Amino acid sequence: MNIDDVSLLSRLKLSDTEKELFAGQLSKIIEYTEKLNELDTSGVEPTAHILPMNNVFREDKLRNSLPPDKALNNAPDREGFFYKVPKIIE
Amino acid sequence: MQYEAVIGLEIHAQLMTESKMFCGCSAKFGSEPNTQTCPVCIGMPGVLPVMNRKAIEYVIKTGLAVNCDIAPHSRFARKNYFYPDLPKGYQISQYELPICERGFVEIIVNSEKKKIGLTRIHLEEDAGKNIHEGAEDYSFVDLNRAGTPLMEIVSEPDIRTPQEAAEYVKKLRAIVRYLGVCDGNMEQGSLRCDANVSVRPTGQKEFGTRTEIKNMNSFKYIEKALEYEIKRQVKLLNDGGRIIQETRLWNTNKGITESMRSKEKAHDYRYFPDPDLVPVEVNDKWIEEIRSQLVELSDSIRQRFVSQYGLPVQDADLLTSERSIAEWFEEAVKLGGEPKTVSNWMMGEFMRLLNEEGKQIEESSLKPEHIVGLLMLIDKNVISGKIAKTVFEEMYKTGNAADVIVKEKGLVQVSDESEIEKAVDEVLANSPDEIERFKAGDAKLMGFFVGQIMKITKGKANPKVVNELLRKKLII
Repeated sequence: MNIDDVSLLSRLKLSDTEKELFAGQLSKIIEYTEKLNELDTSGVEPTAHILPMNNVFREDKLRNSLPPDKALNNAPDREGFFYKVPKIIE
Repeated sequence: MQYEAVIGLEIHAQLMTESKMFCGCSAKFGSEPNTQTCPVCIGMPGVLPVMNRKAIEYVIKTGLAVNCDIAPHSRFARKNYFYPDLPKGYQISQYELPICERGFVEIIVNSEKKKIGLTRIHLEEDAGKNIHEGAEDYSFVDLNRAGTPLMEIVSEPDIRTPQEAAEYVKKLRAIVRYLGVCDGNMEQGSLRCDANVSVRPTGQKEFGTRTEIKNMNSFKYIEKALEYEIKRQVKLLNDGGRIIQETRLWNTNKGITESMRSKEKAHDYRYFPDPDLVPVEVNDKWIEEIRSQLVELSDSIRQRFVSQYGLPVQDADLLTSERSIAEWFEEAVKLGGEPKTVSNWMMGEFMRLLNEEGKQIEESSLKPEHIVGLLMLIDKNVISGKIAKTVFEEMYKTGNAADVIVKEKGLVQVSDESEIEKAVDEVLANSPDEIERFKAGDAKLMGFFVGQIMKITKGKANPKVVNELLRKKLII
């Protein structure tokens, strides 16, 4: 995976200088985490969650939603009660 | 070269829960835009999603109905991508540990049974809705649907023809509707279907390159879209071309599939377990509890209708197409209706009237006791079969009982010979030509005489008496 893919996936526009800088930093981070591969984990279940908990459910009950005005408060642009975004398809 | 198609289907079914998958907002369809959202489903920082127990149970229920293994451990994962209808920047879905795996359903195509394997059924949250119409340079986003529970049913690539594909979707739609977990409304999108299609030379083991077809929102379009896509691929290969792996959209107006040129270039969903959600553990006790709530499904009811009530297979097919229709029928039979007669009325008049109005059977004011009341009046010769149709329509319209309508409208069958004789005499007196032709051998005119008599008596004359009298008077 190269820095261009990463920046596209995270929607970050990087200058060439930044690309070089971050590519180096990211490589170092990955290298560091690679250290974990040195451990023998063959007998260990993959851990997705560190708490010994499961089946935390809610009942299928309604709770109040936000008033649309409030929900849309942070939207950069809106039209009526719709979020307004740049055209998605041609 | 002969080619065969290989088709696998993904069905997305919106679950009929009251609230969303991970928050308490309403999952209702058709409300004003952005009135059913909260910090959880619009991706505000610092919120914590909590699983809707009922949604999990609905998926287990479906899994049991289609012979799946229910996973003792499953969990949710984040599928990361950017799109305006996905406010968190990821969809909570399931990846390597779905709730159900390895099932199958049986379909019947050209009178032959075929098993279609199911790879998995998993649970995820739906995205919001983008509206592209109405503005040149903008799209509009409604997040009411964002976060509603969506069940994805993935088939094995066991389907070989468009017809099989349509039958498979019909079968699954009937199952989720019978179970009451999804309303199956394809037009409104509560049941959606995508297809993976490839072709290969007949006899070849390896699959060809596949395309994914989206936007087929009816059984008819599933068949048409797949027929088109298979032809397109075969022609392309025969012309020496290559199939490109891509997503294509069915264009209903043009009747073709079109390449969906997506702006997203790098597809990498970077799935990882959602740290906000704890694992789901399903033990046998829970499974058995859900199993005990399973209703009898259409296949079993269909067989029972044939064996128990002696119905022809076509009748049983139609009567079990919806759970509500099957229940209506069985209620009428329990109240004393003769099964085949009830079935005839349902498949004929009743379905016609319902279709005219685009109504569902449960919305009708015509109930099983209505039809049973009507059949009793026919049995007792109170009304003729012809009048019965009028009474039926009137019951359908007003919801009044048959005997009330017959009394109110004066529709009681006349069997009194002297009264009918008057009408017979009148008709014969007015038809000297017809009588001559009849005597000269034109037997069809019998129908003409009966028709005229019925007209005068407004259909109330007992046909048996009319026939007897006519035969006597015309000396045959």
